[in-house]
Amino acid sequence: MYKYDNYDQTIVNERVAQFRDQTQRFLAGKLSEEEYRPLRLMNGLYIQRHAPMLRVAIPYGLLSSEQMRMLAHIAREYDKGYGHFSTRQNIQYNWPALERVPDILADLASVEMHAIQTSGNCIRNVTSDQLAGVAEDELEDPRPYCEIIRQWSTFHPEFSYLPRKFKIAVSGASHDRAAVRVHDIGLYLVKNDAGETGFEVVVGGGLGRTPYIGPTIRPFLEKQHLLSYLEAILRVYNQHGRRDNIYKARIKILVNELGKDEFARQVEEEWQHIKDSVLLLDQKEIDRVKGYFTEPEYDTDAASDTSFDSELAANKAFANWAKRNLARHKIAGYRAVIVSLKAPGIAPGDATDDQMDFLADMADKYSHGEIVVTHDQNLVLPHVKQGDLFELWEALAEQGLATPNIGLLTDMICCPGLDFCSLANAGSIPIAKQINEKFDDLDYLHDIGEIKIKMSGCMNACGHHHVGHIGILGVSKKGEEYYQLTLGGSAENDAALGDRLGPSFPREQVADVIGKLVEVYIDQRTEDERFLDTYRRVGMDPFKEKVYASN
Amino acid sequence: MQVIKDKQVLDDDWQLIREIDEAAPLPEGKVILPFPYWKDNRDALLKQNSVQAVWIDGNIETASLVDDLSKFDLIALDFPAFKDGRSYSHARLLRQRYNYEGEIRAIGDVLRDQLFYMLRCGIDSFQLKEGKDAEDALKAFEDFTVRYQAAADDAVPVYKLR
Repeated sequence: MYKYDNYDQTIVNERVAQFRDQTQRFLAGKLSEEEYRPLRLMNGLYIQRHAPMLRVAIPYGLLSSEQMRMLAHIAREYDKGYGHFSTRQNIQYNWPALERVPDILADLASVEMHAIQTSGNCIRNVTSDQLAGVAEDELEDPRPYCEIIRQWSTFHPEFSYLPRKFKIAVSGASHDRAAVRVHDIGLYLVKNDAGETGFEVVVGGGLGRTPYIGPTIRPFLEKQHLLSYLEAILRVYNQHGRRDNIYKARIKILVNELGKDEFARQVEEEWQHIKDSVLLLDQKEIDRVKGYFTEPEYDTDAASDTSFDSELAANKAFANWAKRNLARHKIAGYRAVIVSLKAPGIAPGDATDDQMDFLADMADKYSHGEIVVTHDQNLVLPHVKQGDLFELWEALAEQGLATPNIGLLTDMICCPGLDFCSLANAGSIPIAKQINEKFDDLDYLHDIGEIKIKMSGCMNACGHHHVGHIGILGVSKKGEEYYQLTLGGSAENDAALGDRLGPSFPREQVADVIGKLVEVYIDQRTEDERFLDTYRRVGMDPFKEKVYASN
Repeated sequence: MQVIKDKQVLDDDWQLIREIDEAAPLPEGKVILPFPYWKDNRDALLKQNSVQAVWIDGNIETASLVDDLSKFDLIALDFPAFKDGRSYSHARLLRQRYNYEGEIRAIGDVLRDQLFYMLRCGIDSFQLKEGKDAEDALKAFEDFTVRYQAAADDAVPVYKLR
């Protein structure tokens, strides 16, 4: 993985000093709340319902075991013993004291981490595929480009006060696991007719109040033009994005108002001026950064192991877990292990300090010291030999980290909701709990198969409800918590926004309604059809009839 | 008026005219005028004043100044609220695309914690928001010694130094 050199470390250290000074000036009354606000936000610090919330950047989701131990230390030392992994591959702490945040940042800097640009109207942490570097279907590892973008966007002097936040995702695989089309800029690594690798550029996707699936504005961009093209897009947006209305300020609104062709024309015009400037990316630099993402030393004999197959045959619980929680690996005899942070009764994405320390140990022992945060709020140990899987599973199970539910109904994406967030209309964690209690029969869950439930406590859509196979949105009706359901969304290659099921439901009915939706699916499905496929084939009516008929 | 220029606090004699009072004559001395007014009175002003300065905000495209750039001793860029970042792009375009070499001054909601970025975009003088301590604001120029990316200053992408 990427290692800081003196330049990277200096910037992060100077940021700690700068933020310490800003916080002291705020506490001394020299900076007004209004003036301090964007400064703290650009360091990921929100003032929330109960306490400040600090969001720490995990660039493209990749952590070393040493960094994971530091995250555990912060949870223990400055928080209440846990952290919340977010849908943007970051981690959030819900209880730090404002005065101690500069110390947290200093601790983070000691392991090459920071909270830079994890909030605010600037270019946010770049996200990617959780299987980057190990996926079988990968054309090229996207992480070097994520790192190049990270450096270019860090403290960019022109683009730190944009109309609104700005999120970039990069995917290098044929299967989109990074929700590329719902980002402000999405980049797919693709090959052109000449066989060269470059980027397909998608702009103006996004969720929130006005969701859009982003259109492609350039089918192929040569790699050396990556930064100049990004700069051209950002400049058009910085100058012309709306600033009069916070709900219309994202780039998706500008792209939609201008139309994608006119937007693309403006970008191309701007780009012509700067494409051959100092922004032109040297191949040498691409190669240098690629040099940090080399493969670990794989065991060439890993595939000769036979214990994995025999344990699968002998142990049903292990086989259930292996069926759901393993991803194929490009190296024979290896798997990527998905550690579920969706155990029943736990807020989705939460991990305790002890679990984090434990996972750091597991990463050292079984996965070359690497851990990846997924955008659906789980963790990945990306390089595990099949011969080690049984032992690892047993160890994970002891820590409550072997819930065999990846991709299943209980593997929900969920924002912190009303329990923590000052924006939320409704709770989301209690709904997750309700769904877990209703669907507690593992065999039934496995029979239902892949179904992605995504839940947000308000219109801001932090839980990506628009792109859930089943989306759940918390709304407020005369002060009561109600839930609006959508069906048929997807954030993958077949990206689509969900369709509204109908009138919303009171809190206590949500799990039962999902139960009915699942019954319709089971009734209607053909063999091997996922919930999403069935919905797309049969449409909304049968679901609607079942759910509202009895009400 | 106190301004920050060349990383020092100094007094200068430019007067910023936010709005033109049609009933009264322009004040004596060096004035920074709203660009639309300057444009409407271009020939008279060029004849009458020995120095020329205008101010624009994010709503006026820098391209509309291009024909007269050589006439301006100073262009002021307005930050109506410090969160309005359009003038950062204005500054870079004036410096890097149109090669404007005169003074570019930040006016409006200009605060210490944005000065480093403004400087990097090519703004070289700063009229701080009223009531802000200019000596204190000078510290902003020392916030960072490393710059990852090129802008309108002398920085090159840091990888070229590696």
